[in-house]
Amino acid sequence: MSIETVDLTHVYMPGTERAVVAVDRVSLRIDDGETVGIMGPTGSGKSTLIQHFNGLLRPTSGRVLVDGEDLWPREKEGPRTTDLHKVRRKVGLIFQFPEHQLFEESVYDDVAFGPRNLGLSEEEVRRRVTVALRMVGVPEDEAEALGRRSPFSLSGGQMRRVAIAGVLAMRPATLVLDEPTAGLDPRGRLELLETLSRLHRRWGLTLVVVSHNMEDLAALVDRVIILDQGRLILDGPTREVFRDPESLRRLGLDAPPVVALMHALAARGAQVDVSRLSPREAAEEIDQWIRAGRPRRAGSGREGDAGLVHV
Amino acid sequence: MFRDITIGQYLSGSSVVHRLDPRTKITIVGVFMVVLFAATNAAAYATLTAFTVLAVHLARVPARMLLRGLRPVLILLVLTFTLQLFLTPGRTMFTLGPLVASWEGLRMGLFMVARLLLLLVMASLLTLTTSPVSLTDGLESILAPFRLVGLPAHELAMMMTIALRFIPTLMEEADKIMKAQMARGADFESRSLSRRIRSLVPLLVPLFVSAFRRADELATAMEARCYRGGRHRTRLNRLRATALDAAAAALTGFMAAVVIGLRWWPG
Repeated sequence: MSIETVDLTHVYMPGTERAVVAVDRVSLRIDDGETVGIMGPTGSGKSTLIQHFNGLLRPTSGRVLVDGEDLWPREKEGPRTTDLHKVRRKVGLIFQFPEHQLFEESVYDDVAFGPRNLGLSEEEVRRRVTVALRMVGVPEDEAEALGRRSPFSLSGGQMRRVAIAGVLAMRPATLVLDEPTAGLDPRGRLELLETLSRLHRRWGLTLVVVSHNMEDLAALVDRVIILDQGRLILDGPTREVFRDPESLRRLGLDAPPVVALMHALAARGAQVDVSRLSPREAAEEIDQWIRAGRPRRAGSGREGDAGLVHV
Repeated sequence: MFRDITIGQYLSGSSVVHRLDPRTKITIVGVFMVVLFAATNAAAYATLTAFTVLAVHLARVPARMLLRGLRPVLILLVLTFTLQLFLTPGRTMFTLGPLVASWEGLRMGLFMVARLLLLLVMASLLTLTTSPVSLTDGLESILAPFRLVGLPAHELAMMMTIALRFIPTLMEEADKIMKAQMARGADFESRSLSRRIRSLVPLLVPLFVSAFRRADELATAMEARCYRGGRHRTRLNRLRATALDAAAAALTGFMAAVVIGLRWWPG
């Protein structure tokens, strides 16, 4: 499954004095099985961009193709053939604070909302709800009891899982998440990151994650896209993008703490690889460097910068 | 989807009309409404129209914006005119099957349409040139004397301010929830009425939950800042009437006198 945008532009309230260009000629391609992070300062058009991925927003100009199929074929090319419902089944979109969309009396019914809209048999709905809950880390023997509870009686982290399960029950091949960890406590955040990464590894979902949190992205995605003022300004492997914290800072973004630490070490003359992303990787790198013998001390910051190691 | 709706829109500016005390503006619109129903002949309507045109001109509000606000009531205007034209007894102008259009009907219809149009323009002018906050401040001040008979003027004004403040927020929220449910296959565009009503549940329940949460948060925030309504409350922006308000009041009074005086004018 692939998502492709070609010169995608979205203007809010076009033709008025309050017109805003939220997305400006963005072309990108996300392939099956990828994990992609989208980041950028507030107002850079991230949320607007992802709402095009499943046809919730119509581009002002440009194209959106899902599996090579144009979501908004131009009228002169014949009548509209793309079924947006089908596209929305393939690309599951999870908004910021998805727990705010819960509405049913029980967790079971809420997760079942999507499958029931698909007109599936109650047996198939039950199967899907159980699987979806398992996918977000609810063991099968607890699913029954949880399913009976009111979604409003759950903790913040649990509510979010249930809301995500509600989208997973649609069996999407791609999951697009907007700030999935916003507002969670550290434990809830770690559990959710683990869940998301399992969705990719074990269930083979393509992940697109919008986030301000560099640590989350470092932990989840292999590729990062940076937007600024609606324009795509950088698209590359996560390691490459985080290698240059200075340019991130200019955009009001920051490298994850681990990367910042590696850079600080390198700036003081340490012979370390600055492209380590996770604490574990960094620990291994530092361990190796210490074992390799006493570090060379740098005289000043400037000289230290010269000692920056690129691998 | 909801973002394009513009209710009681405010257009910030610094024209003389913008700078008028909200109490003056509310009173002028009130007087205008009363006088409008006292108008009985063409000369009176001409006076009222001139007054309205002058006000729009002074407010420097683009005519396009005012016209856009009139579009939804177009059907009402056409209907009013047609009913007046055919249902008023009088000298026959033309017949259309069993329907008889009268000259008196034409006159009444035109007056009625003019009356509605002027009313709408003045009312929109009020909200276009007065920010919601000063509008409610003005209302509170005007209603203040009725506190003596137990009317909670301050609380009413505060409720209005909060309601106006949260309209855009809730619209945005509704838009978001709707999209989230559409991503789960909800169908908000179904033609069947019963399906459409049922499809409102996944929208309204989260919207109410969020409205209650917001209300709760707002109440806490207000309490944390020691909010209490009532008599000893001081305000940041005190309403003050200026020479401008006196001039506007004088002009309005003059207009009202002319229109009412014209009642005794033959024609």
